[in-house]
Amino acid sequence: MKALDRKLLRDLGNIKGQAFTIALVVAAGIGAFIGQISTYDSLSWSRQSYYDTAKFAHVFADLKRAPKSVEQQIIELSGVAEVETTVSYDVTLDIPEVAEPVIGRMIGLADSGQPRLNRLFLRQGRLIEPGRGNEVLVSEAFAKARKLKPGDQLAAILNGKREQLHIVGVVLSPEYILATRGGVLPDDRGFGVFWMDRDRLAGAFNMEGAFNHVALRLAPDTQERAVIDELDNLLAPYGALGAHGREDQLSNKILSQEINQQKTMSTVFPTIFLAVAAFLLNVVLSRQVATQRGEIAALKALGYTNTAIGGHYLKLVLLIVLLGIIMGYLLGAFLGYKMTSLYTTFFHFPTLIFRVQPWIPLTAAFISLIAALGGALNTLRGIMQLAPAEAMRPPSPTKYRRMLLERLGMEKLLSPQARMIIRSLERRPFRTLLTSFAIACSVAIIVSGTFWKDAIDFLITVQFTSAERGDAQIVFTDPVSSRARYEIAHLPGVLLTESARAAPVRLRAGHLSYLTAISGLPENAELRRLLDANQRPIVLPPDGLLLTDRLADKLKLKPGDPLQLEVLDGNRIKRDVIVAGVVNDMFGLSAYMDIHALNRLLGEGESISSVAIAVEPSRINDFNMQIKAMPKVATVTYKATALQTFQETSARNILVFTTIVTAFAAAITIGVVYNSVSISLAERAWELASLRVLGFTRHEVSALLLGELAIELLLAIPFGLWLGYLLSLLIVTLTHTETFYIPVIIEPGTYAYAALTTLAAGIVSALIVRHRIDRLDLVGVLKTRE
Amino acid sequence: MQDSKQIVFTARGLTKTYYMGEVEIPALRGVDLEVHQSEFIVLLGPSGSGKSTLLNILGGLDTPTAGEAWWRDHNLATANEKELTRYRREHVGFVFQFYNLISSLTVRENVALVTDISDNPLKPEEALQLVGLEHRLDHFPSQLSGGEQQRVAIARAIAKRPDVLLCDEPTGALDYQTGKVVLEVIAKINQELGTTAIIITHNASIAGMADRVLRLANGRIVAIEENPHKLSPSELAW
Repeated sequence: MKALDRKLLRDLGNIKGQAFTIALVVAAGIGAFIGQISTYDSLSWSRQSYYDTAKFAHVFADLKRAPKSVEQQIIELSGVAEVETTVSYDVTLDIPEVAEPVIGRMIGLADSGQPRLNRLFLRQGRLIEPGRGNEVLVSEAFAKARKLKPGDQLAAILNGKREQLHIVGVVLSPEYILATRGGVLPDDRGFGVFWMDRDRLAGAFNMEGAFNHVALRLAPDTQERAVIDELDNLLAPYGALGAHGREDQLSNKILSQEINQQKTMSTVFPTIFLAVAAFLLNVVLSRQVATQRGEIAALKALGYTNTAIGGHYLKLVLLIVLLGIIMGYLLGAFLGYKMTSLYTTFFHFPTLIFRVQPWIPLTAAFISLIAALGGALNTLRGIMQLAPAEAMRPPSPTKYRRMLLERLGMEKLLSPQARMIIRSLERRPFRTLLTSFAIACSVAIIVSGTFWKDAIDFLITVQFTSAERGDAQIVFTDPVSSRARYEIAHLPGVLLTESARAAPVRLRAGHLSYLTAISGLPENAELRRLLDANQRPIVLPPDGLLLTDRLADKLKLKPGDPLQLEVLDGNRIKRDVIVAGVVNDMFGLSAYMDIHALNRLLGEGESISSVAIAVEPSRINDFNMQIKAMPKVATVTYKATALQTFQETSARNILVFTTIVTAFAAAITIGVVYNSVSISLAERAWELASLRVLGFTRHEVSALLLGELAIELLLAIPFGLWLGYLLSLLIVTLTHTETFYIPVIIEPGTYAYAALTTLAAGIVSALIVRHRIDRLDLVGVLKTRE
Repeated sequence: MQDSKQIVFTARGLTKTYYMGEVEIPALRGVDLEVHQSEFIVLLGPSGSGKSTLLNILGGLDTPTAGEAWWRDHNLATANEKELTRYRREHVGFVFQFYNLISSLTVRENVALVTDISDNPLKPEEALQLVGLEHRLDHFPSQLSGGEQQRVAIARAIAKRPDVLLCDEPTGALDYQTGKVVLEVIAKINQELGTTAIIITHNASIAGMADRVLRLANGRIVAIEENPHKLSPSELAW
C-alpha cells in the first residue's frame, strides 16, 4: 500500500466518530430513498401483477336493471375483450354480537364459482358450491375487522327479507382492495363485501335474468373513453349511473393515492438528508484540511501534485460516503421490506412481493456521491490554492477583530467566557448559521413527520363533531316520501331527525364531465352541517348549485357559470343550472343544493333519500332492533363505527411513520452536533488546554464549547419549527389528493416534541464530546503546537 | 574537481515583494547568486532578511516578482505550478525547521511517501540508515525526539537522491547536541553523495562547515565569505 493511502486510513481512524456520524446521515438519506422508492416500486408492481392475475376489469358500470341479453350487445362493442355481468346490492347485515347494523355488499357469483373478471383469491375455507344458496364468501378486510371465519353465520336483510347466511370462505378481490362505499378511506368495520350464489341473490331482488353491475376488460390499444361513451349510450335506458374506468374505481383510486403519496415522501425527505450530509462533509473536510495545512504544504514541497493531494482527500470523502451507502442500502432494504409488508396487510394483497431494483440503490449512491463531492468541492479548491511555501512558515494566530458584540458595546456586560463563545461564533458566522440550519432541518423533518396526527385529529373533529353531529345515517333503498322522516322520528330513542336527498348526477361543463352526487340538504341543517375549510357554516343559496373548489377546478367553473346536469336515477332528466358558489370544504368532490331546490329541479315532489338521526345512547339497542326490521331501509351507518375504523388504521400507520422519521431526524442532529463540537474541540484543543493550565476547571472549559452549541441549538429550534410548518405545507401540496384536503394543523405538543427530541439528540452528542474534553491531555496538546 | 565547479543555481536581480493588504513588504531586493555543484552553502541573516524567500524560490516553492532564477536549464521564475511540482519532485530535497512529518505515518512510511513518487530512490530503510535511524522504522513521529524527527525529515529529503538539499533552520528547534547530530548527517550527505546543500540558519557558528557563507540583510546579499578551512560539525561550537 502506498504511504499516502496509509495516511488516509489512519486519518479516517482518527475521525472515526465523525466519519461514522456523517455516514449515518448519508445512510439515513439513502435508507429513506431506497426504502421509500422500493416500497413504491414493489407496491406498484404488486398491484400490477395482482390486477393481471386476477383479471381486474378496465371499465365498470352500475345500473338499475338490464336484461342479460344486453351482455351480448356489450361484447359486440368495439374494443371490448371480456365482459362480466352480475347483480350487486348493498344490504344491512345482522352479525351475532354486533349490536349495530353493518352494511354488506352482496355480489352474485354465477355457478362456476369464480367470476371471469375480478377473480377472487381464496385465503381461507373454500368457494361456494353450486346450489347452496345460503353460502357466502367474505372479504378478508371485513372478516378480520369483525373476527369472522369460515363456519360463522350471519343474517342479511335481502330486499326486506331476513336471510341466514353461512360463511364458507375468506377471499380477496382486486375490486375491493380498499373497500369503501364512497368515503375517502376504507371502512372495514362498517362495510363488508360478500359473494353468494347469483341466482339466489337475483331472486331475492326480483332480478332473475337481469344484471345491475357490469365489468369489462378492453382489448389492447383501445381508447377507454370511447368504450365508456358507447357503454353509457347502450346502458342509458337501463338506469345506468355512468360507466367509469379504473381511474374512478373507488378501491383503485384510494390505492393509487396511497401509493403516490409514498412516491412524494421518497423524494422530499432523502433530499434533505443528503443535503445535510453534503454540508457535514464540507465542514469535516475543511476542518481536516485546516488542521493538516502544514502536512499538505509539505506534501506539495515533496513534489506531490495537486491532483494527487486532492485525490487523497477525495478518497477520504468517498470512503465515508461508501460506508453510508452500504449502511443506507441495508437500512433501506430493511425499511422497504417492513413498509411493504405493512402495506400488503393494509391493502390485502394476496402475496407479499418486495424487490429492490438495482437502479434504486445505484441512483441513491450516485446522488449521494454528487452531494458529497459538492460538499467537498470548496475544500478541494482550497487545497489546490494552498501555497507550498506555507510549510516553511509558522502558523499565524487566528484573526479576531471587533465585531457586532463590541460595536454594540455589550462586551462589558458579558463574562470573558461568554465573550469567547460569542466571538468564536461571530468569527465563523457562515458555519454557525449552517450548523444551526442543519439542526433546524432535523427539527423541521420531525415536525413534518409528526403533524399528520394533528391534521387527522383535526379532520376527525371537524367531520365527526362539527359537521356530522348526528349519531347515524339511515339510507333508503330508493327515494321515499318525506313523511318517512316522521316514521323514523317515532323509533325508540330517536331525539332528532333531519332528511336529505342525494341524487347521482353527471356534471358537464363543455367537454369536461364528472360523476358525483348532489346532496340536497335542508336550510339550517343541524345534524349534517356543511362547513368550509375554516369551519364556518356554508349557507346554501335558495337556488343554484354549490361546488367544492376541487370539483370547480376540475370542471374549470367559477360562480355564475352555467353547467349541464344529468340526473342518473329516476326520470334521468337533463337540466342546465348555474354555479351559485364555490366552497372550500375538506372532503370529496361534491355538489350541494337546498333540498327543496333539488326536489324542484328533479320534479319529484318532496322526496328524501336519507335521514340523519341523533339517538339516546341508552336506547340504541331498541332502536337497532326496530330499524333492522324496517323495509326500504338499505343501510344504517354509525358515526362511532366509522370513527373507530378511521382511527385504528390511521393511528397505526402514523405511529410507524412518525417513529421512522424521528429516528432519521435524530441521526441528523447527532451527526451535526457531534461533528460541530468535535471540530471545535480539535480546532481549539490548544486554547482549551491552555485555559486548563491557567486554572480553569473542566466544567468552565466545557462550557466554552458547549455554550457555542447551546447558542446554535437555540437559534436552530425556533427556526426549525417554522421550517417544519413550511415543509408540512410543501408535503401537503405535493401529496395533494383529489378527494380530500389535509389541513396543515400543528398542535403545540407536536412542536414541543420536535424541539425536545432534537434537544435530547443534541445533548447526548454533546455529552459524548464533553467526555473527550474531560480527558484532554494537557501536556500532550500543548506539546504538539508547532 | 572540474565537476564541482559546474554552476547549478543562477539568480539575477531576484526580487520578491509580498503584499499584505495595502502594505508592500519587499522580501528580496535584487539578489545575484551562483551556486556550484556539490557546494555547501550557509545563508546567514536576521529575521526578515530574505533567507527563507530566497530558499523557497530556489526550491520551487515560490516564484519571484522580478528577476531570473535558474536551476541548470530550468527557468524557475517563469515555470508554472505543474513544472515547479515536477522540479521539486525530481531534483529537490527539503528539510523544514518544524520537520513537517505526517503525524499519522510511521518513520518508514514518511520516507516511503517520497520513494513512492520518485524514479530511482533509495530504499526507505537505506535512507534511514544514512541518518542512523534504522532501529526506529516503525515508530510514529510523536514517539520520537525532535532530533530524531529532523533526521527522519532528512532521510525523507534524501531518499529520492535529490540534486539539491534545501534546509530551513534544520537545527532551529533542536538542542546543541541534537543539532550537531543533524548537521553531521547533512554534511555526510553533501560529501558522500555530492548533493548540493543550502542551509538557512541564525546560528553563525554553523558557518564554519560551509564552503561559502552568504550574509543577507534587508533582502540583499551583503557579504559572501569563502571558507577555505571547512570544519566538520563535531568541531563546531556555539
